[in-house]
Amino acid sequence: MSATLLIARRELGTYLRSMTGYIIAALLLLIDGILFNVLAIGGDDKLSASVLMQFFYCTSGLAMIASVFISMRLVAEERQTGTLVLLTSSPVTDSQIIVGKFLSGFFFLVLVLALTIFMPLLILVNGKISWGHLAAGYLGLVLLGAAAMAMGTLGSALARTQVLAAIISGCLVTGMLVLWLLVRVTERPFNDVFANLALWQKHFIPFQQGTIHLRDVVYYLMVVIVSLFTAVRVMEARRWR
Amino acid sequence: MPPIIEVKGLTKYYGEHTAIQDLNFSIDKGEVIGFLGANGAGKSTTLKILGCVLLPTTGDVVVDGIDIARDPHAVRRRIGFLPDQPPLYPEMTVGSYLGYAARLRGVPSGQVAARVAEAEERTATRDEHDKPIGSLSHGYRQRVGVAQALVHRPKLLILDEPTSGLDPRQIVEMREMIRGLRGEHTVLLSSHILSEISQTCDRLLIIDQGQIVDQGSEEDLARRLRQGAAVSIDVDVAGAPDSALTVLSALPGVVRATVARQAAGVTSLRVDTSADIRAQIARALVMGGIDLMRIDRGTGRLESIFLQLTEHKDLPQ
Repeated sequence: MSATLLIARRELGTYLRSMTGYIIAALLLLIDGILFNVLAIGGDDKLSASVLMQFFYCTSGLAMIASVFISMRLVAEERQTGTLVLLTSSPVTDSQIIVGKFLSGFFFLVLVLALTIFMPLLILVNGKISWGHLAAGYLGLVLLGAAAMAMGTLGSALARTQVLAAIISGCLVTGMLVLWLLVRVTERPFNDVFANLALWQKHFIPFQQGTIHLRDVVYYLMVVIVSLFTAVRVMEARRWR
Repeated sequence: MPPIIEVKGLTKYYGEHTAIQDLNFSIDKGEVIGFLGANGAGKSTTLKILGCVLLPTTGDVVVDGIDIARDPHAVRRRIGFLPDQPPLYPEMTVGSYLGYAARLRGVPSGQVAARVAEAEERTATRDEHDKPIGSLSHGYRQRVGVAQALVHRPKLLILDEPTSGLDPRQIVEMREMIRGLRGEHTVLLSSHILSEISQTCDRLLIIDQGQIVDQGSEEDLARRLRQGAAVSIDVDVAGAPDSALTVLSALPGVVRATVARQAAGVTSLRVDTSADIRAQIARALVMGGIDLMRIDRGTGRLESIFLQLTEHKDLPQ
């Protein structure tokens, strides 16, 4: 088994054995359930498709927040407790460490997102849903979650403590989100750049509506790659100090 | 036989601060080496570089014929490293933790169970196999830390303060365990307490302020300690110690004379000498017209380091 998967498996085990993982999962499900009740199925009668859209809207926000909290411990905790040395003194590369850790957080997030499936299925009780719409929405959630998780991994690699990691990652994710607001106050060509760089608006809404564009998939994968690449560089730089 | 570790001109800066400066030493296969120095002398930094956790600022380190800068992975496979804080995951059981460490170091899946059993056997942690690490006492955690370093049968074991925080009985057990590893592994262990490791080691490297001050067996060091001497004197030179320094430097047998402290009317000087020449110094100063207030045996650099290293043993840990 390659070192990356070995590290990912152990880290995933930590989430499943510790309270933190379950608390994050429980909170996400609880808040998502409340939002689903109030925003998605509450209010006036509406089409099943728009209920589903509302569900993805709420869950996308929660997926990003959950990613920040899931990822904060990845590197920072090990640095705090001194266990990181076990990895850095072993014949594994820094990219294997970072990717392994990212994958563990990502798998855990996917697990939690999979648990939210009962909500869209509830729509079936009184309405109809398109399976394509459901699949596209979940693909969007997984990609958006992966992007936020990768930024979180970078924050965790940068920080000395978990709290600091959560703050840095939170700032990164928020920063990427509010780039959208700059679109309103800038002229061409910059507003196009900001619109395309922003984390949610332009790239997630199509998924939420049930459309998959290759450019959005590529965008999220690029965010993952750039964030993880930077995190690996941060780890390498740490060996010089 | 080429040495297993060869260190040449090793220097490490943390920003402006010099952690170690131009270290040179080599270690032969099968030796048990003690790396001795006060806290902050640069022990941990050196061991982290040898363990391929940190990169040096300049200098060459060759482990088993491989340059650590060229092929750190090949070096890491040959090294077992126990940092000053054992890298243990409290939620894992001893067995699964050691299995994880073995796989990380590239032990083939089929051999993992056997290697874990072997490492547990050697560190007497076999009965702890199924216990979570978080439930173990400090002594046992330290042993699991050593087991983790042993599990892939490295040629070289680097143990940073393996006896720190252990009670006297555990220190004796740890010492015996390390002695049992001699021969099969080359062991480099560090400590800031002489008595804890002097009996375990074939050779001691004394490090102070980032430099190797002396090396040899405990007897060698003690002998050298008796030969060299230092003299501490107080003179009244009204704030101009140069005249006293000139007189002292001219004396045969004086290696170095420096001003240690200056207070109202009295200047304290430190003189490093090759033998005990207190009488000659006193005579020379008085003949030179300098008022001698006090003359005493001082402590040399090695001696003062030794004092530091041996004093600590009575302090509570």
